[in-house]
Amino acid sequence: MESLSHAFKERSVHALKDETLQVALHRAKDGFAVKRAKAVEGLPEFDALRDRAVAIKNHTLENLDHYLERYADAVERSGGKVHWASSAEDARRIVVEICRAAGAKMITKGKSMVGEEVGVNGALEGAGFEVVETDLGEYIIQLAHEPPSHIIVPAVHKTRGQIADLFHENHQKYGLTRKLSEVPEMVNEARQVLRSKYLDADVGITGANFLIAESGTSVIVTNEGNGDLTCSLPRVHIVTAGIEKVVPTAEDATTLLRLLARSATGQDLTTYTTFSTGPKRADDTDGPEEYHVVLVDSGRSTMLADQFREMLRCIRCGACMNHCPVYGAIGGHAYGWVYPGPMGSVLTPLSVGLKEAGNLPNACTLNGHCAEVCPVRIPLPDLLRTLRHREYQLKLGLKPLRWGLAAWVWFTSHPRIYRLGTRVQARMLATLAGRKGRFTRMPLAGGWFKGGRDLPAPQGETFMAVWARRQKERGQ
Amino acid sequence: MSATGSESITDTPIDHPRVGLFVTCLADIYRPNVGLAAVALLEKVGCSVEVPQTQTCCGQPSYNNGDLAGAARTARNTIEAFEDFDYVVVPSGSCAGMLHDFPRLFESEPGWQQRARAMAGKTHELISFLTDVRGLDAVDASFGRAVTYHDSCHGLRALGIKEQPRRLLASVGGLELRELNDSEICCGFGGTFCVKYPEISGRMVADKADAIAATGAKVVLGGDLGCLLNIAGRLGREGGDVSVYHVAEVLAGMADVPGLGDPPGSGGRSR
Repeated sequence: MESLSHAFKERSVHALKDETLQVALHRAKDGFAVKRAKAVEGLPEFDALRDRAVAIKNHTLENLDHYLERYADAVERSGGKVHWASSAEDARRIVVEICRAAGAKMITKGKSMVGEEVGVNGALEGAGFEVVETDLGEYIIQLAHEPPSHIIVPAVHKTRGQIADLFHENHQKYGLTRKLSEVPEMVNEARQVLRSKYLDADVGITGANFLIAESGTSVIVTNEGNGDLTCSLPRVHIVTAGIEKVVPTAEDATTLLRLLARSATGQDLTTYTTFSTGPKRADDTDGPEEYHVVLVDSGRSTMLADQFREMLRCIRCGACMNHCPVYGAIGGHAYGWVYPGPMGSVLTPLSVGLKEAGNLPNACTLNGHCAEVCPVRIPLPDLLRTLRHREYQLKLGLKPLRWGLAAWVWFTSHPRIYRLGTRVQARMLATLAGRKGRFTRMPLAGGWFKGGRDLPAPQGETFMAVWARRQKERGQ
Repeated sequence: MSATGSESITDTPIDHPRVGLFVTCLADIYRPNVGLAAVALLEKVGCSVEVPQTQTCCGQPSYNNGDLAGAARTARNTIEAFEDFDYVVVPSGSCAGMLHDFPRLFESEPGWQQRARAMAGKTHELISFLTDVRGLDAVDASFGRAVTYHDSCHGLRALGIKEQPRRLLASVGGLELRELNDSEICCGFGGTFCVKYPEISGRMVADKADAIAATGAKVVLGGDLGCLLNIAGRLGREGGDVSVYHVAEVLAGMADVPGLGDPPGSGGRSR
């Protein structure tokens, strides 16, 4: 997917002014955070599970080559085929080739963030295939020709009214002409449209939440059952997954599953957890004839080798964005690429470059809420700060900020001059503010006031001046 | 009020420790009353307080904007000023957290890293120092108002400060604490974040102001001046009658001055 992250500032301001978006965000606000908190409260061993998950992920990442080979061998043993895609371009090409070889016309897709990342839909449509997303949220944004704004609820930015309009506009060709207003009606109508697509599809593409090395099994979680139908009804099943999705055993996958839904939606477990291993066997009643796995690197092995390895623990639960006040204020689209919120602010610069996405690691107050809720304890604020350090070293940031920081460092390491400067500043600001006690504007400090706030004035004397006088009075 | 209280969590409690007060640049410039309140509270728990005149800033502006070398330069100044004290106490969770992070700045300088680590080990945020280290569980102040409390993120998440200020506030005569909905949600200050992304920051602090208004309390307290300046700035812009104080000012019985951004000499907008 093409990045618009360079325009983060403009896009975030636009998002703040978008009243419909704000209605949708406001409605979504707290929902997941409250549900997660309840789920965590109901599981006393949650923190111990997190430690276990971190250990599983760290161990796997340390031995990633080994487990990927084990996984690939197991897939081949079960009759499937593994394709290695080192870049997004490779991944697109491989998926298109498989669909061509299968003589496909219609392709259904279960939700896949890696699919969004590498741009599978665009490539398939460009090659003349009809592609239908089967996850309801993903289906809605496909109709709207928009990217997802959240990794687990891709259409969270849409209001009910907008969705009703989209369905009304797009479903008339199926003879569904009544404009709907109630959620159950809309869900039913989408189901009706999608059902025939499942049956007509030649290829089903899904992502994977976990890949189990010991058995060559891929695991997906859904709440709509669309994953099952996408896996099992078409002739060909393609799994697209990042290489970091592999875990050693089914036991490990279940440990992570216990954390995933609780962290994401506050459910103990999603409604459906689908395991698929290879194509249909001789005595199976259903299942695909061909089973392909496209393992995508696309920058992941670079992360494995540097200080961002911890990011590869991410299980894509979305808890970090559900608890991020910046995400909550602007939604996911402002971030400009596939992954929004804190995890996206780490991943995006690593994928599309710091020059393009330098705003993302900076657009964070380092409040730490994301790290607090991360089920695999990724130190997101530290990683964001590391990206800022990299940006500083590459001299990509704003020049005035660099100059300001350099001046501040000079002052703070010259205490006598610093003392004098702060005394003058405190006195001057207090005098200028006068009887009001605060400023409503000030030259060179426009940023502060642009946030719709005044600036309280200092009391007048610095503490150090007060203290020095007091010490003198005490005769010390 | 007693300095002995329940047994402290330190291994060997010191009767009259020498405490270096790191007042923070914001309190130094904007709110000397916070420094005076901190001194008063520390003296009440038996500390001998000193204020090194060579102290400046904790270095967060550099650290959080990626200039680690600059942050290290500022940090060396702080270490030299404070490493000889029994304790270093800071009336800010954010700046205390920064001092705890100092060892990270000296990965390639073992000597400095050792000094940074030693100092970090005896550095505490003011309120948690009073309760957790000095065993304070009550103060003899009074403040006959309904107040609400904002949990500043760094104190809350990096240092585990949540219950301590509430415990002490419960002992303040006449004070009624009304809990703030979303008290653990960031106010939008974030250091330079608030000027780099003013529109987002502005939305966050406006939400915070709404939550404050919903409590009906006319006083907001917190433990970090950065957040408090932001919140007071927004409340001032909205033109209401809510005053903002650092929690230490109330605990020391020194909130008899105008709140942050209130007109001087007025005794506060809310009076």
